[in-house]
Amino acid sequence: MSATTTPIQQVSDVTILFAGDSGDGMQLTGSQFTLATALARNDLATLPDFPAEIRAPAGTTYGVSGFQLHFGEVAIHTPGDEVDLLVAMNPAALKMNLDRVRIGGAIIANIDSFKQRDLDLARSDSNPLEDGSLSGYEVVALELTKLTREALKDSGLSTKDIDRSKNMFALGLALWLYTRPIEPAREWLKGKFAKKEMIRDANLLVLDKGYHYGETVEAFAARYEVAPAKLEPGTYRSIRGNEALALGLVAATTKSGLGLFYGSYPITPASELLHALSKYKDFGVRTFQAEDEIAAAGSALGAAFGGQLGVTATSGPGLALKGETIGLAMMTELPMVIVDVQRAGPSTGMPTKTEQSDLLMAVYGRNGEAPIPVLAARTPGDCFEAAYEAARVAVKYTTPVILLSDGYLGNGAEPWQIPDPDSLKPFEVRLANPDSVARDDDGAFLPYVRDEVTNARPWAPPGVAGLEHRLGGLEKDARSGGVSYDPENHQYMTDIRAAKVAGIANEFRPLEVEGDQEGDVLVLGWGSTYGTIKAAVDRARSQGLRVGHAHLRWLNPFPNDLGAVLSKFSEVLIPELNHGQLVRLIRERFLLPVKSLAKIQGVPFKTSEIEEAIHQTASGN
Amino acid sequence: MSDNNKPKGVKPAGLPKKAAGPKGAKPARPPAKLGSRPAAPPKARIVPTPSGDGDSTALPVLTKKDFDSGADVRWCPGCGDYAILAAVQRVLPELTEKKEDVVFISGIGCSSRFPYYMNTYGVHSIHGRAPTLATGLKASRPELDVWVITGDGDSLSIGAGHFTHVLRRNLNVQIILFNNQIYGLTKGQYSPTSEVGKVTSSTPYGSLDHPFNPLGLALGADATFLARTLDRDPKHMQAILRRSHAHQGTGLVEVYQNCNIFNDGAFFTYTERDSKALNCVFLEHGEPLVYDEGKKGLKLDGLKLRSIDLTNGSSTSDCLVHDEKDRTLAQIYTQQLMWNDDLPRPFGVIYTEDRPTYDSLLQAQVDEVTSKKGKGDLNALLHAANTWVIE
Ligand code: SF4
Repeated sequence: MSATTTPIQQVSDVTILFAGDSGDGMQLTGSQFTLATALARNDLATLPDFPAEIRAPAGTTYGVSGFQLHFGEVAIHTPGDEVDLLVAMNPAALKMNLDRVRIGGAIIANIDSFKQRDLDLARSDSNPLEDGSLSGYEVVALELTKLTREALKDSGLSTKDIDRSKNMFALGLALWLYTRPIEPAREWLKGKFAKKEMIRDANLLVLDKGYHYGETVEAFAARYEVAPAKLEPGTYRSIRGNEALALGLVAATTKSGLGLFYGSYPITPASELLHALSKYKDFGVRTFQAEDEIAAAGSALGAAFGGQLGVTATSGPGLALKGETIGLAMMTELPMVIVDVQRAGPSTGMPTKTEQSDLLMAVYGRNGEAPIPVLAARTPGDCFEAAYEAARVAVKYTTPVILLSDGYLGNGAEPWQIPDPDSLKPFEVRLANPDSVARDDDGAFLPYVRDEVTNARPWAPPGVAGLEHRLGGLEKDARSGGVSYDPENHQYMTDIRAAKVAGIANEFRPLEVEGDQEGDVLVLGWGSTYGTIKAAVDRARSQGLRVGHAHLRWLNPFPNDLGAVLSKFSEVLIPELNHGQLVRLIRERFLLPVKSLAKIQGVPFKTSEIEEAIHQTASGN
Repeated sequence: MSDNNKPKGVKPAGLPKKAAGPKGAKPARPPAKLGSRPAAPPKARIVPTPSGDGDSTALPVLTKKDFDSGADVRWCPGCGDYAILAAVQRVLPELTEKKEDVVFISGIGCSSRFPYYMNTYGVHSIHGRAPTLATGLKASRPELDVWVITGDGDSLSIGAGHFTHVLRRNLNVQIILFNNQIYGLTKGQYSPTSEVGKVTSSTPYGSLDHPFNPLGLALGADATFLARTLDRDPKHMQAILRRSHAHQGTGLVEVYQNCNIFNDGAFFTYTERDSKALNCVFLEHGEPLVYDEGKKGLKLDGLKLRSIDLTNGSSTSDCLVHDEKDRTLAQIYTQQLMWNDDLPRPFGVIYTEDRPTYDSLLQAQVDEVTSKKGKGDLNALLHAANTWVIE
């Protein structure tokens, strides 16, 4: 490697954003940069942002795909409010993302894609690289296409193939600029193109060229170094929420000894769970790509009746379709996990954008009185534990459980301390025992006589003599499970089903409050807003406000001590990526005038937005 | 025009004089209150395993009564469903030694009350969705003996999607389709198998939409076993149920079932003594297609079936010989013997083929991957990525 002449500056954290056309390979570039960053021991958070169209018209603003990454030696909770470096592969990418770049931030632009035609496609009236609109930024205009073509002129590849590797030039350059290791990307390329040697060699060459280019041209005033973060001791990997969720389910099947059956219909952004789980056949996982969302849910319930861990996953519109089956699962009191990787709604909404707007549907979205436990994951890595918990509670209380994730968690990545399987909570499974179940005078099994502590009913899968029984969606007799239209019985069953779900809260740990334990403002959140709220609360406290942060794992039931926690603060602020759904649940339960901070733009909160709302809430505005 | 459009179409399916629907205000008794059936002998096998064949020594021989749950059967008196229930309860002791491995899954509708009356495992599920539950169950517990109970509204209207998909997948279950050409439970609206022009509570001026051809639809979905039988022919019904059960794959049995309340006589052409012989051809593999007590036969003339008179020159050797493995014949039967008044309706096993079942393929895939990779190790899986250690 050439002698380093560019000075290296230490910085505590950096946000960079790779943006280009969907065909430019920005997601790959971003995820390889993430891997290098994780291996450089930084803490990090990512925000992939891509169009719903698989191949949107090239060069247009709606075809722009971006990958934002925030990393640092400090604890990183968000993908970053402001971008320090934007890599823009074309004018559309620049146009769509310029407002995210901090004033004084750097922009690397591929000048070869700023021709008149490109400007027209992006609907730019003039060339931003020339019209002075970027005067507040440090702009490095590179002939990325030309440099790549020169590097590969003897490769024997077609121009089309050559041009496709220009993202590796950008990746190499970015790795150099932030003093990241290049080896992980090299290894990845070798594996990915193991069978296509020409492509592999071309990409490796361009990656190296990009890495060395920074030195050669001396276009950069400085390189940056971000020291390793002080993470807890342990073994780490970078993980995305959907990966972690799938692993959590595998952990549940392994620890419980129950077979895992996963019925699913492809839907953005949940399909990846199906892709991941379908690989784990060596864990006995059976995946079933159903004909529709309803069949996916029905198959999971059928498997649950059969004594399996029945799981189905979807996103908002699919949850709407599964509602009737979830109601039957509630009525038959069979354990089942329903995952909703939420996306921006309503209706088809914005499939690739994130939102938290299925909360009320999860809690209430069924006919009749149909209470169901609902929990949410808070970070990509936390999806692992949340999935495990969902399955454990479903089995323990013989109930369907809805697990809420979202597009940001599903696709976003963070360093994850790999848990020791032995340290997971025990996963108890109690199948009905024909020798000890309750029976009537005639000896018939009574499948609705409940456990006195949990109110769970016996789970009695077929195959065991003496436990034959019939389940269904008609109201059940409280003991025999036979059809009953008796008024008192219906009242009792409705009450006991609600009590069973409410009783789950008895096993929760006390609600943790981060920051101040009492004071001016409690910021109450759930799901993927965790990191941003935490960062905002830290900032507000550093400015002298007394602020606490409580983040709900369970949305139904609420923790028993939630009311007490709320009462310790003058004000309660609830930031949500919806129109104020948790706000409604809290107002309904506690009759408190909590404040809502509602954002519905398909993107996560910025730390500054929550910080500002904390100040406003504290000052009574 | 369909033969179903003949006289009985004229009869409006008005409300019954007595409210005789199965829904009543009185709470049902818990299933096992009737009779003094002793508790089934408890068995040591508590945790069911997918491989599941526990020891089956010294099992008592089961009888029809063992399959009766004792719950009050609440179909209208005279309903064809009773005969189907009896036929299933009668054949099951021959088909299984382990009642605990038998599961009935139904959707919603009159017929779907069926599982409550069987002293086996069962689920009365959601309208149209029985095949989905059956799929999850059978795919994860292939050793179980799963039966799907459905009706024409359940499987051909709200559940038509699942019905075709379970057939194409060839899940190894039996499906009994109670076709009564009417909605019973919701009180008499026309169904997707009702004949055009049907006057019902929802179609006072006659229904307009062309009905489904159930077995034609199933054949279009590449079903591997198609059969048709009649509620009023218990012997035939039992024989067909046995065949369906023996079939490895989805054994679809369409039963023409009389709803004496809302669509009485819909199939009398095929079931009553004076018309049955002329309107039914009972298929037997390797036998000529003969009907009307041997007086008539069916002959293949080019691609068209034609009725021939066996009393006047022609003989059974002129008749088409049934080959239940012949898909082309199945297509001809399901198309030409459906909407044609002049030709008889076929009953029996219309078509059957061997094709691997979905559940066995899934099991084989799981086994193969597991034998190649070894049993999965959770800790290794969690670490299967680029990892680093913070000291
Ligand atoms: S199918 Fe007809 S006769 Fe039978 S129970 Fe239903 S309404 Fe009554």
